[in-house]
Amino acid sequence: MKAIVNVYLKNGVLDPQGKATHHALESMNFNGVADVRIGKQIILQLDTEDKEKALQEVKEMCEALLANTVIEDYDIEIN
Amino acid sequence: MKIAVLRFPGTNCEFDTQYAFEKLGYTTQLIWHKEERIPKDTDLVVIPGGFSYGDYLRSGSIAQFSPVMKAVVSYANRGGKVLGICNGFQILTEIGLLPGALKRNNNLHFISKIQKIKVINSNNTFLSKCHKNEILNIPIAHADGNYYIDDQGLKELENNHQILLRYCDESGNRVVVNGSVTSIAGICNKEKNVFGLMPHPERALEGLLGSSDGIKMLQGFEH
Repeated sequence: MKAIVNVYLKNGVLDPQGKATHHALESMNFNGVADVRIGKQIILQLDTEDKEKALQEVKEMCEALLANTVIEDYDIEIN
Repeated sequence: MKIAVLRFPGTNCEFDTQYAFEKLGYTTQLIWHKEERIPKDTDLVVIPGGFSYGDYLRSGSIAQFSPVMKAVVSYANRGGKVLGICNGFQILTEIGLLPGALKRNNNLHFISKIQKIKVINSNNTFLSKCHKNEILNIPIAHADGNYYIDDQGLKELENNHQILLRYCDESGNRVVVNGSVTSIAGICNKEKNVFGLMPHPERALEGLLGSSDGIKMLQGFEH
């Protein structure tokens, strides 16, 4: 079973990489972009086939290590 | 005074830190991160600067799970004094001994220069040899020094006099260096035994090399 974790800065926490990329896009005349946020994706290959158990476990991983919940949000997708 | 200087894979300021404290006449010992105990009679634990675990995932995020950090947490909870410099500050926020978090600098650059910092509160061990509003010249060298804390947390820091240092200009006015909330450069915990700062006092020991203002900071821990 595969878990895909997306980690990104919380709304309201300035994302300097997103902002710089937004400016670069504008300078290239891509003017239809309202906002850019940059995060990271962590892909985990899990042993279990129990979706609920996997979700629970990955959530614990996010809280303990994968995300810093002071500044970051995360979402988990299990396939 | 006996000082334990921690060492993780990727730490690179451990020898400068040892040199600094020994120059001031204290005894130091390097502690490998696999150790599960802090040596007896340790007066101060220092988590020096560097790039523990290559700054993978987030600066300081992996180091918090090294065996020695469990010992550091119980040492701190018993009232032991802990100082985190640069990467050490990042590790202390990641493990929750200090509030807030350190983000990428707002200009995305690695900033390396001598910076003026202002002493905001000196009624604590670390800055006991400095006076309030004193302006110090201390080198900074970091990519992730942009201190973040929410409004509620900031209020608590202010009310408990936990803000130790802010980046400033020569008149003492706050300056934006890396995007830190209210230009914060260093804080301590509520109990005032855990200290974290981005600037490197261990690199400011010789006037000839730019500044000797680090001496009085490091001497603060003397009984």
